[in-house]
Amino acid sequence: MKLNRRKFLKYAAASSAIATAGALFPGASFGSWQNLSNNSGLISWQKAPCRFCGTGCGVLVGVSDGRAVAVKGDPNCSVNKGLCCMKGYHSVQMLYGKDRITTAKVRKNGEMVEVPIQEALDLVAEKLKETKDKHGKDSVAIYGSGQWTIPDGYVASKLFKGCLGTNNVEANARLCMASAVTGFMTSFGIDEPMGCYEDMDNANVFITWGNNMAEMHPVLFSRMLANRKRRTNVTIIDFATRSTRTSQAADKSILFRPQTDLAVANAICYEIIKNDWVDWNFVNEHVSFHKGKTNIGYGTEDHFAFKDKAESINFAEYKTFLEDYTPEKVEKLSGVPAKDIKYMAALYGDPDLKVTSFWCMGMNQHTRGTWINNLVYNIHLLVGKISTPGNSPFSLTGQPSACGTVREVGTLTHKLPHGVVMKEDHRKMAAEIWDVPVENIDPKPTYHTVEMFRALDRGDIKFIWIQVTNPMVTMPNLTRYRNGALKDDRFVVVSDVYPTPTTDVADVILPAALWVEQEGMFGNSERRTQHFAQIVDPPGEAMSDTWQIIEVARRLGFEKQFPWSEDDYIGGIWEEYRKFHAGPKHEMASYKILKERSGVQWPFVNGKETRWRFNAKYDPACTNGKDFDFYGKKDHKAWIWARPYEPAAESPDSEYNFWLNTGRVIEHWHTGSLTRRIPVLHNAVPSSYVELHPEDAADLGVVNGEMVKIISRRGEMTMPAQIKGRGVPPRGMVFVPFFDESYLINEVTLDAFCPISKQPDYKKCAVRLEKA
Amino acid sequence: MPIFSYIAIPASGAKKALCMDLNSLAHCEVIVSDNKDVVVLVTDTPDNDTEDKLQKSLNNLQSLQSLSLAFGYDDNEKQGRD
Repeated sequence: MKLNRRKFLKYAAASSAIATAGALFPGASFGSWQNLSNNSGLISWQKAPCRFCGTGCGVLVGVSDGRAVAVKGDPNCSVNKGLCCMKGYHSVQMLYGKDRITTAKVRKNGEMVEVPIQEALDLVAEKLKETKDKHGKDSVAIYGSGQWTIPDGYVASKLFKGCLGTNNVEANARLCMASAVTGFMTSFGIDEPMGCYEDMDNANVFITWGNNMAEMHPVLFSRMLANRKRRTNVTIIDFATRSTRTSQAADKSILFRPQTDLAVANAICYEIIKNDWVDWNFVNEHVSFHKGKTNIGYGTEDHFAFKDKAESINFAEYKTFLEDYTPEKVEKLSGVPAKDIKYMAALYGDPDLKVTSFWCMGMNQHTRGTWINNLVYNIHLLVGKISTPGNSPFSLTGQPSACGTVREVGTLTHKLPHGVVMKEDHRKMAAEIWDVPVENIDPKPTYHTVEMFRALDRGDIKFIWIQVTNPMVTMPNLTRYRNGALKDDRFVVVSDVYPTPTTDVADVILPAALWVEQEGMFGNSERRTQHFAQIVDPPGEAMSDTWQIIEVARRLGFEKQFPWSEDDYIGGIWEEYRKFHAGPKHEMASYKILKERSGVQWPFVNGKETRWRFNAKYDPACTNGKDFDFYGKKDHKAWIWARPYEPAAESPDSEYNFWLNTGRVIEHWHTGSLTRRIPVLHNAVPSSYVELHPEDAADLGVVNGEMVKIISRRGEMTMPAQIKGRGVPPRGMVFVPFFDESYLINEVTLDAFCPISKQPDYKKCAVRLEKA
Repeated sequence: MPIFSYIAIPASGAKKALCMDLNSLAHCEVIVSDNKDVVVLVTDTPDNDTEDKLQKSLNNLQSLQSLSLAFGYDDNEKQGRD
């Protein structure tokens, strides 16, 4: 730790006051104070957001002798109030796995050879330039992540979109959050949740839509359970396709057949209208009705294109549309008893109950992901239960900065940090802030994630730089995309911290700094931006992803656009980036404030965070003089959409007679490249498995631990059975966690996606089973 | 260029408000106790005029019950006798 004289004096001042406070208030603890690290065994604590899911828990990282040794929950962080989940508590161990990548490697004559990182960066810049010159600007691409820090994503977008002139910028959040974004954009004209986690302290009813919060967002789930225990009138309903730990803790578990959530949501709206539970004052003042195209396809073919077209309808037409969705009709399709549909509708419709709906991958990884997001908003809009404490349709995120980096910075092919590439005024703003000619920014989007990897397979893309993500585990229909990446004239650069199936296909591996080995910011599910300082040094030659991109940008001649010094580049990048969001709809806190606090929610206007957007009591961007202002849309109204039920891209048939559903477990995060290096988590669940219904297992003649072959039209995977484990699928469905690279279940899944969001559906394809 | 540290006691129920108020002032760093109603304030001002203005701002905070000096240092103070 470097100290100047003045900083030392401030430490002395702080420690003197803390010692005095300790004398006046015995037992007083100051967990947020960064003590001086030395060889005395003293642990200093410094704030950071957790590295794992999108909840954004604040943690305090304990450091002794330059090594992170402990984690505790940050009591000053309103997200988790001092609590962590098992992944958070053990997270520092991920920094010290024995196979950590600490040096750069370059493929020479088929073998990966260690080289100095500067030599590897020279090669990356050279190959990037050579490919662009020979094959055009759209032959090069960068593929990042919702685990990118905000500065990582910002410099990637600036280099590729602003300087190199290609919109070949995508991130793995396309695989997890794109439907949430298009849901927000089509219903409200502006992205990200209107509510905040305080909704949990105010709601009477929680409905989880295909969302196993007990395992995926355990700290938030605990807060929900604590709320139920503390108050007498709280009910939790789990609405899902398989029984999970969330179902066990809920007051009621309701199972539906895959894809029929679309029909059930419409049936709830039908019931609300039929029983006149509509909040007419709200609807007449703040809602307009629309319909879009139908029979919109599934995107399984290359170059698939779709553009929706909104048409205004009136309430009577919407009511007529819903007549196909009586609870009795929907019961036959969905398997949900009509009385349960009516029960859920009554909860939403009761004016005395505050209702929060939560969802995550179940609704987003869906070939009609945009539609089901729209439909849950429809329910809340009809009854006016939105944008007020406790009344919240709440889309959760799965990665620490899917919101902060991908959605807010705009690291998707069509996006810019403010707005989209298709709009001239947005391009002009970006060009001015980035100091590049506006002509550099191409007005046409190129490839969304699935199509980007198809383009790599076809040879339209020949150079790809992959940072902080592991697509050779996560891409659906994986075999095609792995074979594509391995083709002779493709050049693949991978920045990562551990060897993975993605580094296996790399021509260059760059050692990356991980989490608190660098300074950065994440943005969580509730619009909260969280800064973290560099707390420990990265190992060997590992370098932050941000600085790797800056090094390459400078080698390509863009020194003017990337002027920052290695000592303080994060602050400089942040202050440049936040210019894009100036104004009351998205104002971000200054670098100074972010450094001081355990997260700040945007819009941050006149020193105040905005808890509930679109509500004039809380949101300074409301200007229409009414109680609510849905200012994202030109008509200042939220849009209710008539969206029908349409079947999944592939459903079980006589040959492939089971649904395959994939997902996660609490112990492991995503592809397991980090959590499988944490001994206690790895030992808890050392390998993946296939969950079967006990009667299906009996029919197949397998018992726990016996091997089952899962076969689809794309591939097959043989893995151990789990029967009556933590999750139990209904008859006719199997579930496989995807964290284990020894069992690449995505060789079996289908690369169908929502035509509007382009997000693949990992929850539904058809397979058959054999005893192996 | 004075540096001071203080024990700040919030008005009843106003710990969160006090932290917000102190954080919004320039030249202030706040260290909050996790478990007691006490806050440590460290100030670092560039000159005496700024220090005077800061003192006035601190005196006007409704969320602050009392402020006790724990540590003080000023570059302009001469050490020893002339």
